[in-house]
Amino acid sequence: MSLKLFDGFRFTRRDTPVHRMDPRAKLILVATFFVGAVIFSNLLVLLAIFLVEIPVIASARSLRRWVRTMRGGAAFALLIFFMNLFFGGTLSLAIALTLRFIILLSSFSIFFLTTSPDDFGLALQQAHLPYTLSFTFTTAVRLIPTMAIDVQTIVDAQKSRGLELEKGNLLRRIRNYIPILIPLIISAIRRSVELAEALESRAFGAKKTRSSMVTLRMSGSDYFAVALTTVFLGVMVYLYLFSAVPSFEIPIKIPSLLQLF
Amino acid sequence: MIAVENLYFSYRDGAEVLHGVNLEIADGEFLAIMGENGAGKTTLIKHFNGLLKPNVGRVLVDGVDTRDSSVASLSRNVGIVFQNPSHQFFSETVREEVAFGLRNFGYSGEVVRKEVDRILETLELTRYAETSPFMLSGGEMKRVALASVLVWNPKHIILDEPTIGQDYRQKEKLRKLILQLNMQGKTVVIVTHDVEFVADCKPTVVLLSRGRVLGEGPAEEVLVNQKLVDEASLLRPQIAELMGSLLDLGVPGNVIDTFQARRILAKSLLRV
Repeated sequence: MSLKLFDGFRFTRRDTPVHRMDPRAKLILVATFFVGAVIFSNLLVLLAIFLVEIPVIASARSLRRWVRTMRGGAAFALLIFFMNLFFGGTLSLAIALTLRFIILLSSFSIFFLTTSPDDFGLALQQAHLPYTLSFTFTTAVRLIPTMAIDVQTIVDAQKSRGLELEKGNLLRRIRNYIPILIPLIISAIRRSVELAEALESRAFGAKKTRSSMVTLRMSGSDYFAVALTTVFLGVMVYLYLFSAVPSFEIPIKIPSLLQLF
Repeated sequence: MIAVENLYFSYRDGAEVLHGVNLEIADGEFLAIMGENGAGKTTLIKHFNGLLKPNVGRVLVDGVDTRDSSVASLSRNVGIVFQNPSHQFFSETVREEVAFGLRNFGYSGEVVRKEVDRILETLELTRYAETSPFMLSGGEMKRVALASVLVWNPKHIILDEPTIGQDYRQKEKLRKLILQLNMQGKTVVIVTHDVEFVADCKPTVVLLSRGRVLGEGPAEEVLVNQKLVDEASLLRPQIAELMGSLLDLGVPGNVIDTFQARRILAKSLLRV
């Protein structure tokens, strides 16, 4: 099973402007990309958002990991492309919707690649979210690598019992994953129960308010980034409300498969 | 025969785990691979059925280079039982769980039923045949995992930490089963740091430390060798410690099993 997809979401400590950014400022930035990608289906706008994202990833020196994630999501992107192309869409719409998927995936990727789970938890906490909620989230993120190891262990054990994942037709191949998924789910449930017991026996949640040793502080460049993001968001909202973007069509006609039925 | 020749292996993240391991396991041999956590024991045995392939060197199983064969076809002859049984159970009943391997190797119907019954009987699991494998105790789960590999009768049997979570009685049963399998002519390799268990079984011992073979020899020689045992971060078996502390009584220092120790001590006590 390919776990390369996760590489694009796993935090690595690096010293780059994007890594140093305050997690809240980064969240705003990424959310802006996200919102932009969701409200627009215009190819030109989506292309613009995508072209803004690339330098952000590049300045985080994470292009290679990002490409790996994109490769992991390639099958799904192709599915989106062809579904839209053949079932009633135009070529430009198909490209636009595929691009939307890529932007959404990249936004998540940028955030999680460059933000340590601890910083993220801190950001949630300082946004006055209940600690149980931020703790749950950071724990989930932190457990992904552990689960990736579990998957490998399970795959090894089942292969040693003669399981061949790449054997048979499509349906058979999907069924081949049952012996992997069930042990994985069960071990995840077991682990969470054990974790909950361990937490409770260490008096988790005994005090409602929590203090923390580190407090996040927005620096000048963080405010600048937020300002820039706000302008970007403002422009997008303006364009959306007044639909000031020329619609753009690639002049190639694709016969819709729907017409065949 | 399993032959490991100058095996170097590193994982994808770059850490080199095995640095030039040479090892020959003859058919019908009984071998224990011992060493501290992270010595590379599990990494080494994963090469025996091709789950991992060497970066440098090669591993031959009955003359076939593991790089030229699939895990499934190598597993037909090399049965590996992994440490944590809950990392492989997915069936509703023990019977189905044990039958999984046989079905993968293309058996069906009557053969599967007969072979599953046979192995459940051998491992005293018959009364759990229709129980969910998840409802069993830790020791029983270990036995189901063992049954799910032994069921297709592999020629070489590799057990990763078979004694973890087993009480003394179960260990004793396991020891008898291992000796029985070995007597039937099967190669048995156990990976463990349970020195007491190894002292009771007395196999050939291979000490592994930081990806290298430190030493190899009969258990009663290797496990009493203080220097080797220290280097491998193990402790000598308790009997060896005891006999070692009684050297001035004139007892030999290379005794590791209870039975022999009892005989010698009784004799020297009579003399006193």
